[in-house]
Amino acid sequence: MTEPTKKLMSGNEAIARGAYEYGIRVAAAYPGTPSTEILENIAQYKNTIYSEWSPNEKVALEVAIGAAIGGARSLAAMKHVGLNVALDPLMTIAYSGVNAGLVVISADDPGMHSSQNEQDNRFLAKFAKIPLLEPSDSQEAKDMIGIALEVSEQFDTPVLMRTTTRISHSASLVTVNDPLNIPVKPYIKAADKYVMVPAHAKKRRLIVEQRLEDLQQYSETTPLNHITINDKKVGVITSGVAYQYVLEALPNASILKIGFSNPLPKNMIKQFAEQVEQLFVVEELEPFMEEQISAMGIKVIGKELLPNIGELSVQIIRQIIGGETIANLEAAATVATQLTTEQAPLRPPVLCPGCPHRGVFFVLKKLKLVVSGDIGCYTLGALAPLSAMDTAVCMGQSIGGAHGMELANPSLKGKTVAVIGDSTFLHTGINGLMDVVYNGGHTTTLILDNRITAMTGQQHNPSSGQTLMGNPAHEIDIELLCKAIGINRVYKAKPFELKELELLIKQELAIDAPSVIIVQHPCIFVDKHKYQPVMINSNCTVCTSCMRIGCPAIVRKEDTIKINQTLCFGCDLCIQLCHFNAIEKCASKNGGL
Amino acid sequence: MGAYNMRQTLNILLVGVGGQGTILASKFISQVAIDANYDVKMSEIKGMSQRGGSVVTQVRIGDHIASPTIDKGEADYIVSFEQLEGYRWAEYLKPHGRIIINQQQIEPMPVIMGLSKYPEQIIDKLEAVGIAVDSINALAIALECGTSKAANIVLMGYLAKQLPVEQAIWQAALNKIIPERFLEINQRAFETGYQL
Repeated sequence: MTEPTKKLMSGNEAIARGAYEYGIRVAAAYPGTPSTEILENIAQYKNTIYSEWSPNEKVALEVAIGAAIGGARSLAAMKHVGLNVALDPLMTIAYSGVNAGLVVISADDPGMHSSQNEQDNRFLAKFAKIPLLEPSDSQEAKDMIGIALEVSEQFDTPVLMRTTTRISHSASLVTVNDPLNIPVKPYIKAADKYVMVPAHAKKRRLIVEQRLEDLQQYSETTPLNHITINDKKVGVITSGVAYQYVLEALPNASILKIGFSNPLPKNMIKQFAEQVEQLFVVEELEPFMEEQISAMGIKVIGKELLPNIGELSVQIIRQIIGGETIANLEAAATVATQLTTEQAPLRPPVLCPGCPHRGVFFVLKKLKLVVSGDIGCYTLGALAPLSAMDTAVCMGQSIGGAHGMELANPSLKGKTVAVIGDSTFLHTGINGLMDVVYNGGHTTTLILDNRITAMTGQQHNPSSGQTLMGNPAHEIDIELLCKAIGINRVYKAKPFELKELELLIKQELAIDAPSVIIVQHPCIFVDKHKYQPVMINSNCTVCTSCMRIGCPAIVRKEDTIKINQTLCFGCDLCIQLCHFNAIEKCASKNGGL
Repeated sequence: MGAYNMRQTLNILLVGVGGQGTILASKFISQVAIDANYDVKMSEIKGMSQRGGSVVTQVRIGDHIASPTIDKGEADYIVSFEQLEGYRWAEYLKPHGRIIINQQQIEPMPVIMGLSKYPEQIIDKLEAVGIAVDSINALAIALECGTSKAANIVLMGYLAKQLPVEQAIWQAALNKIIPERFLEINQRAFETGYQL
């Protein structure tokens, strides 16, 4: 059987395939939805691509920068907020340029399906004065990796490719090709290019401006930007997945499709504007193109009508630009109204049955502590009934944040803890802990070490013992690390022994010294043990004490409480909460006596 | 690029709870579409699926598909792997569309905690507002076939019967997406669903 030429691929799979076909040799990332699958898929091409999970996005980009300077085509991938972490190297490698091609992927998340904000990273390409590519389906995502690398090498610049959740996580057909043979370039020492001391940077600064002018010319001629003239009454300038919505919503409109969006093709835009009666810009999130087009003195309609919050859709464009009344949407609204007589209960994500984080948050809630939280599965500790988190800002913020809270308000001293996961601690949390030690803070930090980067789907990290490419790795000893930076009080605790954990937290809060409690137990998805589930016996008085931990396996049905033994992971927290000895272990690992 | 013709497009929304196999089912439908020489796009939102949240996947099949997503009131079929999710997403159905709903109920956290009630008689309620509902006890059928995990394929068997693609193409696609050791059970599940 011959290999089919077309395959159904998500945008992320297509980017990985593009990396393989266009000669990427080094790829690095820190996991983050919706970007994670890019590196997970690149890892399958281990014969030609070295791939790694880096401790954070800044390191990932630094590795890719080094490889590109060294002569190998390279890629760094991250979610939108990850590029904030990696912005420092990006802003300066934009001055240095590259040797071999360097492409940075930013996977934005309009609609915030799994993110803490909705920032539009196209502005970061403009800010860094580098080229920006925006694919509108998986085929383009693959092809644009090749174009990005060519542009990177031709114009001596890193290139940003911006996807969105609907590109990253939508699958469409992609033509698969054999990989090109791209040899590694020789490394050439060029301190005036790669050592950005002021004297060198001042010279590169001029080159950056000249490069933008050259890129402007490229933007005018690349087929990534193209005009389709249909009905001239309505002209639409659009990019990314919004292009697909426009195609479907306004099948007769004339379209300027922008695939290369920094710098914009100003002449092409002018020419297009002259040909159409009314000009719209349809772009997801911020008026990135619109503001620039308006500044050119061209009358254009965009965010005065279209939302800058959340995702666009075919219907939004049909209604707002097409001026349509959509019968199906009205029918849908009628159905929705009729069904609201009984609201559908929400289905919020919950900590899994057996999750080692659950007991920790139960104790924190019981002690009525102010909890400076962080980013990971454990952020779900903020939800009812645990409701035991006060803040969650960005990766690694918890420890510095707890220190700041104690400084701000003496009443919070001894009442505040930082809670952070193993991967997030190694990402950027450790810097906060150094600050606590260095500046004499007393913060108590709980490191919830579940031996994996769980939230994004169990990726390995520097303390989990395996690399992305499947090789065994040294496990960073978090306990030793904390001691080495000067935390004298480092404890290991078990998350399923509530009394001991409570005593330990109380003890450390009372002491005027910084301490770290490493609460260690593997995530249920990497735990190799199978534990016996529990069952309710006749002692149960339905006092609901066991329900305070919010376990999905404990179900209240009318006047009884039952354990769902297919869900129960046997963590035994509920046994510890029961006052009546009404919960006991099943004899068998499959449940029952 | 030719003008887009929506009449040639089939929109299928699959809704369920993490772990129910909605994504595999979407891949199955997409494989069928490819093998029947259609264009196809499939979009999934699964961010929190492992944490028991809702999972929604959207499959669009036709001569040329632009948008990867399905708007409210535009789904020809909703395949609901769980009752409450069918209820929640019902407004996405096109007038004269059809919901294929698995009778299984999975209680969400607010219900488990006794804070909200799981809506009663969901299927009757959907029918009362004029929606065509096919309710299937896919879990029981799958168990009879050999594993509860094949409930998704039972539903796909039932869906297959509604669509204008030959059964043989579905069967061949199933062979491509299911590992060999689970194939026999899934073939049985598909066939049983198809014969309902």
